[in-house]
Amino acid sequence: MGFTLFYGSLIVLIPLSTVVLKSTALGWGQFWSIVASPRAVASYRFSLGASVVGALVNVLFGSVVAWVLVRYDFPAKRFMDGLVDLPFALPTAVAGIAMTTLYAPNGWLGRYFHALGIPVAYTWLGVVVVLAFIGLPFVVRTLEPVLQDLDAAVEEAAASLGANRWQTIRRVILPELLPALLTGFALAFARGLGEYGSVIFIAGNMPMRTEITPLLIMIKLEQFDYAGATAIALVFLIASFGLLLGINLLQRKLGLERMGTVQK
Amino acid sequence: MSALRLTEPRFVRWGLIAVAMAYLGLFLLVPLAAVFFKALEKGVGVYWAAISDPVALAAVRLTLTTAAIAVPLNVLFGLASSWAIAKFEFRGKRILMTLIDLPFSVSPVISGMIFVLLFGAHGLLGPWLIAHGVKIIFAVPGIVLATIFVTFPFVARELIPLMEAQGSEEEEAAITLGAGGWQTFWRVTLPNVKWGLLYGVILCNARAMGEFGAVSVVSGHIRGMTNTLPLHVEILYNEYQFSAAFAVASLLCLLALVTLAAKSFIERKLHVRKEAA
Repeated sequence: MGFTLFYGSLIVLIPLSTVVLKSTALGWGQFWSIVASPRAVASYRFSLGASVVGALVNVLFGSVVAWVLVRYDFPAKRFMDGLVDLPFALPTAVAGIAMTTLYAPNGWLGRYFHALGIPVAYTWLGVVVVLAFIGLPFVVRTLEPVLQDLDAAVEEAAASLGANRWQTIRRVILPELLPALLTGFALAFARGLGEYGSVIFIAGNMPMRTEITPLLIMIKLEQFDYAGATAIALVFLIASFGLLLGINLLQRKLGLERMGTVQK
Repeated sequence: MSALRLTEPRFVRWGLIAVAMAYLGLFLLVPLAAVFFKALEKGVGVYWAAISDPVALAAVRLTLTTAAIAVPLNVLFGLASSWAIAKFEFRGKRILMTLIDLPFSVSPVISGMIFVLLFGAHGLLGPWLIAHGVKIIFAVPGIVLATIFVTFPFVARELIPLMEAQGSEEEEAAITLGAGGWQTFWRVTLPNVKWGLLYGVILCNARAMGEFGAVSVVSGHIRGMTNTLPLHVEILYNEYQFSAAFAVASLLCLLALVTLAAKSFIERKLHVRKEAA
């Protein structure tokens, strides 16, 4: 136990506290001018927007995938089920170059989008595509256990009381799934917000337009602007802790003990 | 068939299956296929040259070394912390659990940055380290540290729910029968969580070998010295050596596929255990 606390604080707490320490070295005015600079604000907006859209895509298709995997039988189901975890197992840099090559204007898929006048790679759409890949397991793996535990009797009751299938789904199943959907969304969103490896390849990284906040931090670090990097990182850290806290509160409120089995 | 509609009409069912398959195919299978296709596009010779390049081999070695240090340390920690959390009551338990989750919620770039702040030339401990000739940032120790940080939660996260579910009756029985602390741990606790532990190790290892953001910040990208496999992929890609980049990437894809296979194997084992219990 002593070892646990010691190793835990050594590896996690001490390093993290340096961020706060370092930012306090800046004056308030200086801190604000870095954090609220147009380029930083543009990056927050881009990061936030892309991760929200990405997480929404995940929730939408993730629930279809989870539903199909739990409820239906079809060929190659086992294989598909295993495949869902690919984004966890595949290094992000590999995902990034693969997606970029696919969606580049001359790529396998990109050329069709290009012909339609919708460039995907090097725009916000490309970032959403990558995040749609990265976040998928979070939604699917959060929903699956809840779907499995749904009581069939409730559905039967609804049906025998005259509800048609669509009503049953909307009025009975969906409310049961809502907490898990929210958690899945939050997890995918949090991951998307911090994602770096896969996004930088496809984003095009134009300052003010398609530059994510983690990249901005990276650029500042490479210029040895540690104070600037730290200030922006602090804003980002507070945002993600807020999210984490929100998820935890949500889980406790909804009494979802199952969440313990979802790994990230 | 009863009159109750407990499933969807056939066309809805197959429609949904088709949507799911299309999504998984488009977002998971096609990229995977693209990596291998691009890797072999210029022939096996180019592929072989790319992965037997001394720089690539150095990257392989560094990646393996990093994982070999980071994974055992986190296994040790995972066992200790889940043991502490699941079997004992103490103050600050909640805090410890939040602490374990922290690295998941921190962006990889920030994870790397904190080590630069701590050990970098202008960092808190930097001047002292330079004075003593120890190099951590832009060197192997920094990479290892960043990897440990990023993979910190995996094993603990797998083991805590498992140990909590098992309770401590078996351990109590062992101790009543005269077993010592270590004996109890080796003979009772460890066999009970064996598969869960392995599961955690596999996830931890996959992440350790594939980590990009955090390692990228602390590595300094010195070829043949502080370049891990994912960083090597990035460098090749940015130099427009696409075939070589994808060749190296295909190695990482193989790693991912092996991980997935091992994972579903263990999942089945865990499932069987749960049903037997």
